[in-house]
Amino acid sequence: MHGLSAVLMADQTALDLARWQFGLTTVYHFLFVPLTIGMVLLVALMQTAWVRTGDEKFLKMTKLFGKIFLINFAMGVVTGIVQEFQFGMNWSDYSRFVGDIFGAPLAMEGLLAFFFEATFIGLWIFGWNRLPKKIHLATIWMTVLGVWLSAYFILAANSFMQNPVGFEINEAKNRAELTDIGAVLTNIVALNQFPHTITASIMFSGAVMVAVAAYHLKRNQHVASMYPSLRFGLWTTLIGGAGTVLSGDGLGLAMVQTQPMKMAAAEALYNTTNSASFSIFTWGTPDGKSELFSIRIPNLLSFLSTHTWDGEVEGLRNLNAEYIAKYGAETGLTDFMPTLWITYWAFRWMIGLGVLVALVALVGLWLTRKGNITLPKWTWNVAIWSAPLPLLAISIGWMFTEMGRQPWIVFRLMPTASGVSPGVGAFEVMVSLIAFTAIYAVLAVVEFKLLLSAVKAGPVDEQEHDAESELLPVAY
Amino acid sequence: MQLNELWFLIVGFLFVGYFVLDGFDFGVGISLPFLGKDDVDRRVLINTIGPVWDLNETWVLVAGASLFAAFPEWYATLFSGFYLPLLLILLALIARGVAFEYRGKGHTIGANETRWKATFDWMIFIGSAVPALLWGVAFANIVGGVPLVHDAETNTTLFTGNLFTLLNPYGLLGGLVTLTLFWTHGLLFITLKTDGEIKERARKLANKVGLVTTLLAATFLVWTLLTHLSAPLFLLQFGLTAIAALSLIAGLFMNYKGREGVAFSLVVVTIITAVGALFAGLFPNVMPSTLDPAASLTIDNARSSDYTLGVMTWVAAIMLPLVLAYQTWTYWVFRKRVSRKSIPATAH
Repeated sequence: MHGLSAVLMADQTALDLARWQFGLTTVYHFLFVPLTIGMVLLVALMQTAWVRTGDEKFLKMTKLFGKIFLINFAMGVVTGIVQEFQFGMNWSDYSRFVGDIFGAPLAMEGLLAFFFEATFIGLWIFGWNRLPKKIHLATIWMTVLGVWLSAYFILAANSFMQNPVGFEINEAKNRAELTDIGAVLTNIVALNQFPHTITASIMFSGAVMVAVAAYHLKRNQHVASMYPSLRFGLWTTLIGGAGTVLSGDGLGLAMVQTQPMKMAAAEALYNTTNSASFSIFTWGTPDGKSELFSIRIPNLLSFLSTHTWDGEVEGLRNLNAEYIAKYGAETGLTDFMPTLWITYWAFRWMIGLGVLVALVALVGLWLTRKGNITLPKWTWNVAIWSAPLPLLAISIGWMFTEMGRQPWIVFRLMPTASGVSPGVGAFEVMVSLIAFTAIYAVLAVVEFKLLLSAVKAGPVDEQEHDAESELLPVAY
Repeated sequence: MQLNELWFLIVGFLFVGYFVLDGFDFGVGISLPFLGKDDVDRRVLINTIGPVWDLNETWVLVAGASLFAAFPEWYATLFSGFYLPLLLILLALIARGVAFEYRGKGHTIGANETRWKATFDWMIFIGSAVPALLWGVAFANIVGGVPLVHDAETNTTLFTGNLFTLLNPYGLLGGLVTLTLFWTHGLLFITLKTDGEIKERARKLANKVGLVTTLLAATFLVWTLLTHLSAPLFLLQFGLTAIAALSLIAGLFMNYKGREGVAFSLVVVTIITAVGALFAGLFPNVMPSTLDPAASLTIDNARSSDYTLGVMTWVAAIMLPLVLAYQTWTYWVFRKRVSRKSIPATAH
């Protein structure tokens, strides 16, 4: 079954399954990451407010949202291990070819960030009654630092796949080698991807906070702590949303500069165009090659791509021809376009959902100004049901980023098909795909139920905890 | 010392750290059905590792990532070659991690509490026993060698075995050694971290499990020595093996005498020196081939470039002392024993 024959015959089934597995496990992992990145900051801010003012409501907020943060955090941790092992298990030729570069940010993430966050989150959870107040507060800020550093390193690693920099090819060893770690860590894609990821995560966490508060305010309960939570969440959503738009604009420019094909695919723009318009909606023929109906904003695509209204945006046909000439013979690929219906619609849904929730937050801020919570029920329901939308936008955004990179695993350096493990057969990948799908599905149900019950239980009166304060902190 | 030699040492250090730390987590998990007579007992056991299991587990992530960065060929060949065992380890670690988090929360969603907790107790047990066994199988196979071939055309090394290749007598013995050694280690950790009846039960069980461990480990380490007589670091390997054996025996004796602190420390020395002996026997290979010595992966042909290793050396030199400092502080903060009295009526 195994052996060298597998190298010569690229196993298409194993490749497809490995791609499905990477997609599934990554999207799943990233369902838990944004709430970790954003909520840890919000919890740290709430706890700071409590330590500074001594106001009981801030403590209640810290504990409630801290609990939600932790239920979610555990899932991020356990699903994260899979991600790191997967490069070696399913993508060993990729690991061989770029390991000299790609391994470095991963190891830095471990040494600088993973240890840091795992240690300080443990101290925070169990340190409530054991550490002095200010030291305990410092542990959550240390966790923020660890989580955000971790995000930076993994995004720098991902950015290398989008825009490989700081390397040279070692022909003798048949691999890419690092020549400039500074270039890898200051990759223009990473510099723009990081604020985009952070702000979008903050936005989502704000929206979750709003939903939790709305659930209780709709029932007119826990108003003392839930009204400030609502306002804090709404502002966070709005500010996070504005930050997401601004950083997304920066990321778009970086994308045009580094991966013009992806921007062309975002609009399904076949021909190079000056003053290119942006379509909000297109209804085309089934093959997608000609459109029947569309709503367009003139010049917007040019503006997004170049920051000038009449700038030139390269089209798919030109780029594809250019890539075929350049890389066709070497890679054996005849088409360098990503799957257009996915990139086209993903780009729109990502932006649309994000803007929609930011608008909801803006209206919410107006409606609930000056302590007003007497609102019709449906407005609270809108607030609650808005919560998952930024997460959906984030997932779709990643699908756009990753599928827009295809057919490359490292853009212009290594085709996806060349990265897969030569010795791993379809059977093994199938077994692991089924196992992960099954266990992830079960965990998703349990996880969601637990989160929901924590939300519904709401803030706890701190007197109830006093009886335990003499005891060791035990969480299990 | 060459950079690749240094990184062989660092990777070894990280795996030693992982086995010492997550080793007792596994041991506590394995002990759950043996020592936990009721739910309070089981919560005492789980809370001995409550604040630290997550950061202990992190060591394997860092060890794996460092392996990737420093020896990409080793990482790629090992992880794709040992596919199914690693998959089982991953599933086990996921099960264990969520079980810790979920087992006390069943009442919040109206589940049948007894059945809910029993389910997650089983997941903790299996999630601890499976990695404890399979890490030994994996490392014994790394040291003992696996069928690797080298393809000159693509310049890649390929594992040509399958799951059953790894389940050879030497590999399985290695698995049983880590399983029982981590179990003993966990039992001693429990004697160190608990009080009263449960502590006594752990101490007595450690006497028995420790005896089995000694027999298995002695056989395994002597077997390893005999197959590495011509290895360049044989003397070091021999010395480390001797220390491992002596400290294990001394540790068990101290446990018998009721000196749990000394006993635990001695078994820590055993794990450090036993894993050290394996790495010493392995050097300068990182994955020897049983088919063709020329196809063996070594610290020379599996390594990253000088530049990458240089950068990573700076990072490790700055971060590892810091990591050790703040993790030591964590253990200091949570140094108190956990007893039945410290378990509140309901988990928060």
